[in-house]
Amino acid sequence: MRRLLIITAFGAIATLAGGLWVTRPLTVDADTVSAIEGNAAAGEMVFALGSCASCHTSPDGDKAVLAGGREFTTDFGTFVAPNISPDMLNGIGNWSQVDFFNALRQGTSPDGKHYFPAFPYASYARMTDTDVANLWAYMATLPSSDQPSQSHRLTFPFNMRAGVGVWKALYFRTAFVQPAGDTERGRYLAEAIGHCAECHTPRTALGGLQNNRWMAGAPDPSGKGKTPGLSPAQLKWSADDIAYYLETGLTPDFDSAGGGMAAVIEGTSKLPPEDRAAIAAYIKALPATE
Amino acid sequence: MKFLLTLALSATIAATASTAFAGGHDGNPAVTARKAHMQIYQHNLTILGNMVRGNADYDAAAAQAAADNMVILTTLNQSTYWIPGTTNAELGDETRTLPAIFESGSTAREIGGQLAAATVALAAVASDGVEAIGPALGPVGASCTACHRPYRISRN
Ligand code: HEC
Ligand code: HEC
Ligand code: HEC
Repeated sequence: MRRLLIITAFGAIATLAGGLWVTRPLTVDADTVSAIEGNAAAGEMVFALGSCASCHTSPDGDKAVLAGGREFTTDFGTFVAPNISPDMLNGIGNWSQVDFFNALRQGTSPDGKHYFPAFPYASYARMTDTDVANLWAYMATLPSSDQPSQSHRLTFPFNMRAGVGVWKALYFRTAFVQPAGDTERGRYLAEAIGHCAECHTPRTALGGLQNNRWMAGAPDPSGKGKTPGLSPAQLKWSADDIAYYLETGLTPDFDSAGGGMAAVIEGTSKLPPEDRAAIAAYIKALPATE
Repeated sequence: MKFLLTLALSATIAATASTAFAGGHDGNPAVTARKAHMQIYQHNLTILGNMVRGNADYDAAAAQAAADNMVILTTLNQSTYWIPGTTNAELGDETRTLPAIFESGSTAREIGGQLAAATVALAAVASDGVEAIGPALGPVGASCTACHRPYRISRN
């Protein structure tokens, strides 16, 4: 019943939203952005912590090629990750740096449409200009694949990109969620590049993060199991324990991480130790929600 | 010596397993046995990991024994408790094993081989001091994670 209501409401709004000004796809300032010079070597860390590869590599292909094809089954239907390798025809090799900024910062495609938030741009949008430009420079060095991107298989009305404009109006906020405290770097790594909340924070029926239950644990986006809550009321680990886990995947009682967290640790294991310590400090400073 | 150790450890595992069976659980015996196998990995990894993290003093004999145990564990024949029909699709919350582990294209055997190699490398340096164990523990933990990533559901 609740689901039917959601579908009806979403459908009606999506139809309207097509013509609405508040829900139009936004773009970045092209002049500012095209002038930024990226550094590929520095972008490797952004790519690793963002775990772009965990979604964009082919499920049965080379681990270094962003050929796409991985499927994500959600309440709204099945999303298929696109090819984002530097291939000119089937990848994003013909994009400009401005196109890339629009995708990560605004969730807007080169042809001016909304991206679905299954692509976690709502977190990546908090990245600095420098990190986005570095990431773009790094991705251009990766191997190409000519595998065409596949269409998503979404149920009506969720297949309407215009409806994402409503989602954005409701939930897309690039301000940081938690106060900086003395962990500004940790907050940046966790809330922007590391997109921890995309998995660890519960969502509303329309798929927005519940900021008042930040990192309180949620159904696993893979559709299987749950992600653990990380607020201090839930996670009793010390900051050292958290940093060690982000380095090695080993818990304080020496179990090892699994599921979606393994991809995150592949990234955090490559960070300098002070960055892992910063993320740990951020987790320890979270408000105590359940 | 190694042979004696193997014997002793096999006896311990048999005892652990049969206690678990005799414990009156109605649980699926394959699930009980593989969890026991995992717990003994964890037990030995804890001994080594606590030395590396500085939570315990380095003790060469204890480190070597724990590393040897890990090697031996990887050589046990586990085929009677990794069997299709005993995943969370059939047994629900009793097990965290996902069906993919038994499906075509499963990489579990390969990962088991990587873990075996990593434990041999660990045992080769376990008596050489805590600085030697740290780096050798990395590939061991990475092999555990490599298997938990696709084949173990996150906790409920
Ligand atoms: C959780 C899975 C996931 C992660 C992680 C992820 N993406 Fe994506 N990405 C997607 C999906 C799904 C789409 C398709 C969105 C759509 O069609 O609206 C997408 C779309 C894109 C696009 C648009 C491609 C096109 O052809 O229009 C780009 C560019 C992109 N992602 C880059 C990245 C980068 C860079 C990262 C890492 C910083 C990343 N993605 C991380 C799932 C993901
Ligand atoms: C070949 C795959 C594989 C490897 C390698 C592996 N595990 Fe596991 N592990 C699993 C699976 C599958 C489960 C879920 C078992 C179940 O619930 O049926 C599991 C469960 C566990 C558990 C929870 C046991 C319980 O009581 O529920 C621990 C602890 C664990 N593993 C530790 C480790 C450690 C430490 C290593 C490395 C030394 C390791 N595992 C290597 C597949 C693996
Ligand atoms: C793709 C989804 C995903 C993302 C993104 C993610 N996590 Fe996780 N996280 C999980 C899952 C699933 C687990 C449970 C792992 C398991 O089953 O072994 C987990 C476990 C954890 C744990 C262990 C908690 C416990 O009680 O065992 C910590 C700490 C953690 N994550 C921190 C983070 C941080 C910090 C980030 C961001 C840098 C992050 N996670 C991003 C899915 C995610």
